[in-house]
Amino acid sequence: MTLRICIAILAICALPFAALAQSGPLRIEITEGVVEPMPFAAPNFVAESSAANDFAERLTRVVVSDLAGTGLFREVPRTAYISQLTSFDAPVQYADWKAINAQALVTGAVNVSGSNLSVKFRVYDVFSGAELGSGLQFAGTTQGWRRMAHKVADQVYARITGEDPYFDSRVVYVSEQGPKDKRRKRLAIMDYDGANVQYLTGSEHLVLAPRFSPTGDRVLYTSYETGFPRIYVLDVGNVQRRVLESQEGSMSFAPRFSPDGRTVVYSLARGGNTDIYRMDIASGSSSRLTSAPSIETAPSYSPDGSRIVFESDRSGSQQIYIMGANGGEPKRISFGKGRYGTPVWSPRGDLIAFTKQSKGRFHIGVMRTDGSEERLLTASFLDEGPTWSPNGRVIMFTRETQGATGSASLYSVDISGRNLKRIPTEGGASDPSWSPLQR
Amino acid sequence: MKMITKAVLMTSVLALAACSNKSDFEGDDFVDLNAGPSTGIDDSAGNSFEGTGGVNDPTSVAFFQQSVGDRVLFEVDQSTLNGQGRLILDGQTRWLTQNSDYTAIIEGHADEQGTREYNVALGERRANAVRDYLVSKGIASSRLRVVSFGKERPIEICSQEGCYAKNRRAVTVLAAGLSG
Repeated sequence: MTLRICIAILAICALPFAALAQSGPLRIEITEGVVEPMPFAAPNFVAESSAANDFAERLTRVVVSDLAGTGLFREVPRTAYISQLTSFDAPVQYADWKAINAQALVTGAVNVSGSNLSVKFRVYDVFSGAELGSGLQFAGTTQGWRRMAHKVADQVYARITGEDPYFDSRVVYVSEQGPKDKRRKRLAIMDYDGANVQYLTGSEHLVLAPRFSPTGDRVLYTSYETGFPRIYVLDVGNVQRRVLESQEGSMSFAPRFSPDGRTVVYSLARGGNTDIYRMDIASGSSSRLTSAPSIETAPSYSPDGSRIVFESDRSGSQQIYIMGANGGEPKRISFGKGRYGTPVWSPRGDLIAFTKQSKGRFHIGVMRTDGSEERLLTASFLDEGPTWSPNGRVIMFTRETQGATGSASLYSVDISGRNLKRIPTEGGASDPSWSPLQR
Repeated sequence: MKMITKAVLMTSVLALAACSNKSDFEGDDFVDLNAGPSTGIDDSAGNSFEGTGGVNDPTSVAFFQQSVGDRVLFEVDQSTLNGQGRLILDGQTRWLTQNSDYTAIIEGHADEQGTREYNVALGERRANAVRDYLVSKGIASSRLRVVSFGKERPIEICSQEGCYAKNRRAVTVLAAGLSG
């Protein structure tokens, strides 16, 4: 049921993948200072067979949407074009693109034969009059055309920004329906941009906070299937699930994988006290990592697996702490005014994203792992539960509106605090978890 | 005269029924809190609120919910029982002592002002505060189980303190009959 496509990458020129990180004159340095998006042109990819007409147009649209959606790029309207692209191999008329101030030009061609689809593309630095990197071709099936569009956009993004890309990725989340006091929730998975939704569970049991495994093949989540919250692990490929933690007389929730995918760190509540445990998935053996009478929850591993960031109210209010992967004395890192929860370590290792509550408002923010340089990226009635894009540039989170008709949606924001936008979903949505980049 | 009295009684019972809550629990094994009559307008028999199972039957679940009180409320971010909460729990203790066939699940809840995981933990604290109190008054711990729904099951849906106060609750949900 899950979309499985094999994407072969064939270099048109002999240059290897390493070329994608090459530096050149055409470059967006992603810093706090980038405000003006880079104008680019992406004429409809050339259809190399009549069966490819429709795909070429749709594929181009997704590439443009990916790039413009970052807020770092701006599409030059097609009505401004002087040149038209009729052949993938025709020489580029740089002057025509310069005249309309397109700094980057993306060209492509699509071929469809039966259920096979291939797309090739090139990126040009218009003002220096040269190709950026080398042409590449992806081959797959027509069913996987969106993934191939994301692959193309990933390459363009990586070449121009020098950053790792994130478009060919998925998000697992909780799909919500119904009013606040009769809300029904089920697990769903979609492309990072909201397309290709697939439901993983029914909505007969309350489910919370799914979390992807480091390779995206499994999902941890909490379900009230037995009447009590328990942690389950679900195989994304065959949608089979099994309960992981089911100690009688306790509740387990807030699970997350270790970076090697072999261990789960989670919260277990018993007798009015919530602490953090970890479990070896294969053997099922668990050990306790904290033992304070306070609430310890929302654990998240550092990318190297050596440390765990979590929240605790041991000081009297929710704050963020870091401890070793084997437990031990935690060190508090949040000291600002307000409450700090749901810490998540960035994939780059340098930042912690969190939810902050202050003066009746909720914020998504980031801080360095020593707690310094705190920056709040959002503010609303209720923002919570950040998750990182695979490259650590973008954060997705839940935003819930207030009042009797309040509902939850997914939003994303750049870690610069810019480019806040809603992810389109059918009905309400909450608790996103972003997958790694797909292979 | 008698008719009028009955009409008044019926009206007040209906008002109570309207205030009572939908089942907070999803399982099948537990008593539906709405099990009583929901519309009595055409109920000419007039006996639907009396006898076994009715709210006037002190051994009924409806009586427990409406007369004894099935829930206690908490302050913001707190799990400490207040005087009124203890009073209600004393009543629950007496009822559970007299109706020893019943077991109960204590559901802890939080209002929406808080992060999801923390609220699950907070609801668990609240449910256990109730459980511990009932056990301290002599109810066998084997008859009581706890669960937390965090902020997932509000009964009031406005985003003001008036609603929040009712959502910060621990509800003692009776399980019919046998323990275990």
